[in-house]
Amino acid sequence: MAPFAFRMAPREWRFTFRRLGVHMTSISVGVAALVALHSFRNDVVRSIEEDKRSLLGADARLSAGREFPDSVEAVLDSLAAAGAEVSRVTSLASMALVEKSGLTRLVRARGVEPGFPYHGTVTTRPPGLWPRLGDLDGFLVDPALLVQLQASPGDTLRLGDVRAPVLGTVEGLPTDVGMQAAAGPRVFAGAELFGETGLLAFGSLVRYRAYVRLPDGVDPDEVEDAHAETLRAADVSFRTPTEQMRSLTRSADLLADFLGLVGLAALLLGGVGVGSAVNVYVRGKLTPAAALLCVGATRRQVFSTYLLQATSMGVLGSAVGVAAGLGLQRFLPPFVGDVLPVEVTPQVSPAAAAFGLFLGAWVAFVFALLPLLHVRRVSPLQALRHAADPQVGWDWARGAALAALAATVLALAMLEAPSAQAGAAFAIAIAVGAGILWCVAVLLARATRRFFPKRAGYAVRQGVANLFRPGNQTVAVTLALGAGVFVVGAISQLERNLTRELSVQFDAADLIVFDVQPAQEAGVGALLQEFSESEPELTPVVTARIAAVNGRAVADILADTAARDSPPRWALRNEYRNTFRQDLRPSETVAAGAWWDELPPADSGRARVSLAQGLAEDLRVDVGDRITWSVGGREIASRVSSLRDIDWNGFDMNFMAVFEPGGLDDVARTSVAAVRVVGDTARAEFQRALVRDHPNISVLDLQVIRATVESVLGKVLGVVALLAGLCSGAGLFVMAGAIASTRTQRAREGALLRVLGGRARQVRAVLVSEYAALGSLAALAGGLLAVAASWLLSEHLFEMPYSPALAAALLLWLAVAGLAVVVGMASGRSRNRSGPLAALREAGD
Amino acid sequence: MAGQLAMIEARGLSRTFMSGGRPVQALAEVDLVVEARAFVAIVGPSGSGKTTLLGLLAGLDRPTAGRVILDGSDLAAMTEDERARFRVNRVGFVFQTFHLLPTLTALENVLVPVELAGAGRRRRREAARRARDRALDLLDRVGLAERAGHYPVQLSGGERQRVALARAFANRPRVLFADEPTGNLDAETGARVAAIMEELNRDAGTTLVLVTHDAELAERADRVVPLAGGRVAA
Repeated sequence: MAPFAFRMAPREWRFTFRRLGVHMTSISVGVAALVALHSFRNDVVRSIEEDKRSLLGADARLSAGREFPDSVEAVLDSLAAAGAEVSRVTSLASMALVEKSGLTRLVRARGVEPGFPYHGTVTTRPPGLWPRLGDLDGFLVDPALLVQLQASPGDTLRLGDVRAPVLGTVEGLPTDVGMQAAAGPRVFAGAELFGETGLLAFGSLVRYRAYVRLPDGVDPDEVEDAHAETLRAADVSFRTPTEQMRSLTRSADLLADFLGLVGLAALLLGGVGVGSAVNVYVRGKLTPAAALLCVGATRRQVFSTYLLQATSMGVLGSAVGVAAGLGLQRFLPPFVGDVLPVEVTPQVSPAAAAFGLFLGAWVAFVFALLPLLHVRRVSPLQALRHAADPQVGWDWARGAALAALAATVLALAMLEAPSAQAGAAFAIAIAVGAGILWCVAVLLARATRRFFPKRAGYAVRQGVANLFRPGNQTVAVTLALGAGVFVVGAISQLERNLTRELSVQFDAADLIVFDVQPAQEAGVGALLQEFSESEPELTPVVTARIAAVNGRAVADILADTAARDSPPRWALRNEYRNTFRQDLRPSETVAAGAWWDELPPADSGRARVSLAQGLAEDLRVDVGDRITWSVGGREIASRVSSLRDIDWNGFDMNFMAVFEPGGLDDVARTSVAAVRVVGDTARAEFQRALVRDHPNISVLDLQVIRATVESVLGKVLGVVALLAGLCSGAGLFVMAGAIASTRTQRAREGALLRVLGGRARQVRAVLVSEYAALGSLAALAGGLLAVAASWLLSEHLFEMPYSPALAAALLLWLAVAGLAVVVGMASGRSRNRSGPLAALREAGD
Repeated sequence: MAGQLAMIEARGLSRTFMSGGRPVQALAEVDLVVEARAFVAIVGPSGSGKTTLLGLLAGLDRPTAGRVILDGSDLAAMTEDERARFRVNRVGFVFQTFHLLPTLTALENVLVPVELAGAGRRRRREAARRARDRALDLLDRVGLAERAGHYPVQLSGGERQRVALARAFANRPRVLFADEPTGNLDAETGARVAAIMEELNRDAGTTLVLVTHDAELAERADRVVPLAGGRVAA
């Protein structure tokens, strides 16, 4: 860069700072968000790395959905023989009843052998209970369960066939990751006591885990490699601390990436703000630039001078953002502490700060470049005679600036997104979204100018006309503010539609009763008759695995790794819960083949089965193909007679595989029922009666689930809304900047109106009308796009009917118009204080 | 001499500004009386205090010392808003740099003082129609009836100043203040604008006070007030 620029730029620094400094803070919001997120991610990753062994609780963890087969037990024996220690933890879902309060709750019960966890410490209240868990004749529970069941330590808890006291609470388990405790309260028992509950016999959603402490010097990864084949064949997963760390940091990375994209959106909006501010700044600098040319400066020198000024302001805005981001980083741990796997101590990350500083400066530079190019083409004659703006035709520099801008957006998106592909998609979505928003903004602005009622009050008409003041940046502001409105609007529209849809779906049933044994059907049926509002219906459930497809054993298919287009592993290994029934459910339609009633009587010896269409595609089977099922050691041969399209939304009793009645006779089965029991008291009484008479039966309280889903949805949408608010904040900064850019002009107009006899109230009314109109324009443009996007998302992604939430849209419009007025009046305030003559003099022409 | 025919009476007017932390006296003890319907030109070199005097006479600024009686009212006794209301009904302005609102058409610009005075808010069709007719008539008198729908950016300098003249007369002012009204125009256009201004002034019976460097324009005045160094030159 020319040394002349370095000498010139600082001379104008004060003026430049006054004109551009404030606008550059629009870049600060995005920089702050990115610096905070990157630093926070570094904090989380560092903390996970430090704690990785505690997070797994052992050097290795084996896990399966059924008891370990002999081959895996042999592996564990060999490890033990080599000096390793093994501790087993078995968990399942069951009902817990506190006899004193009579309240019940579906819990995750865990039977723990001594030893676990080998790394990290479990804190209990009263302290010191955990190491003695195996010897205790009682339970330890999550503190939340005591609250939910209105119990206190010492109260008797019933779990399966065992009645024992609650001895204390587990306050912290090192292996608790994220919101695990929120997913369902836990009850811990020693392995022996746990066995006495008799719950394992029913085999409901049991998880078997073995935690291993390896002798010093043994690498868990080498152990995994040595037994990989055996473990894979037995469907037993093996996890090491490093894998656990990777999995956790991957989640942290994913979260940071998602949030990073929002931060990036805010940064790019800030870029738009910088662009529009520099545009106005440059217009005011064309004559001085021409004068510099007249006195002998080269175009390159003049261009460099202003480029240096704009870039130095960008660095300043970035620095403000970095400082704010590092401050924000310290506020994040308490805010998201619930969902963090580890305790995080914030540390300044020089890399994140440097990255933010560079990013902000670069984005400011790239966005300032396009308007600054006007300076390159200014004619020296401009100094002698005010000409129109310099011609901005096509030239290589403009092309290069545009290419740099596009490349920057693309590169940043790819850097921040979870994958390069997602980043590219995000960049394209931004370009398309901005394009659509720009078109809508231009159309709306034109329509306003053309169709705004001529008979409206003077202040309103003048205010609306002011939107079209030369250099007013109406479209840029509408774009920036509209983008924020779009995100906030789309979220609020989706939230309302989702909540409404949830309430419709949860209206179908209140409780789901499962694990009903055949011998219990009569008793449960009688209870259902007594409590249920609707006709109760017990649906049979038969647990089965696939043994063969079209005569080929699953083991052979899995072993044939060379085969192309073979079914996914999970589809072949999955434990299916099947049923048999005569009729189709209302949520099902036959997509291929025919239902039983349209078919001739079946051959004996081969049952007929109807599969969900998705499962048939995964298994690569069609109507007429044969599937052999393994049910409790027995093999059942079946032929696929139809495929069904299933609407999985709601709580209808849908199954992947439905057999024709008679096809599953004489096999072990349980039953499940969806029950409508209205009222909290009735629901509690029903559950109490059920657990008292049939302790193995589990009840899922859908109203509790609904509250949990709504709370989780609320939290997720809350975080997204917070980030959307960040975008809107960036939009407001852009607006403040744009208004400040035209402050002189505005001051001159206000002064003129005062000279012509306008009262202060009238001048204010004109300004309020202008800002309200600007806010309304942005709200309308962003709102229209939000409705379109939420409609598309509702119909195609969430597959639910969409109806626009008008009240929410109206509220958003009022909020944006109000905010625009507040920001506008605040941004233009200082100049309005001087007298009219002073303002006219200062503004000149 | 002042008597009851005096439209403007200024006594002991002084104005001091702070510049670079030091006081600078722009105007020092100026006395001036302008009779109703008179045409007074204030002349003098740059920095002699012409525009400062004009601003004080019109009530746009407050003097450091002295007072101004305009059309029988003491400007010092009024609040900012009272002075604004006073101006909208009794004072017209023409500027060197036109000062039209760029977002309004020529006709709308002429109507601004009428709107500010409140005629537009009455929402009575008849009043609104009369104001519009008068604005169109004024544009016709300055030769711009055909360009009523044009925006300032679509007009030449002379045309813009003629729109400003029409705007200045929209509310039938008692006094017209003009600050270098031909300063930004070529000689021919300037002469034409000056002629129109005189004609409108004569027809409406308005008192005209203008600041100018233009010797020809000053010669047309009934009286010339020369300023030098912030004082009325002898």
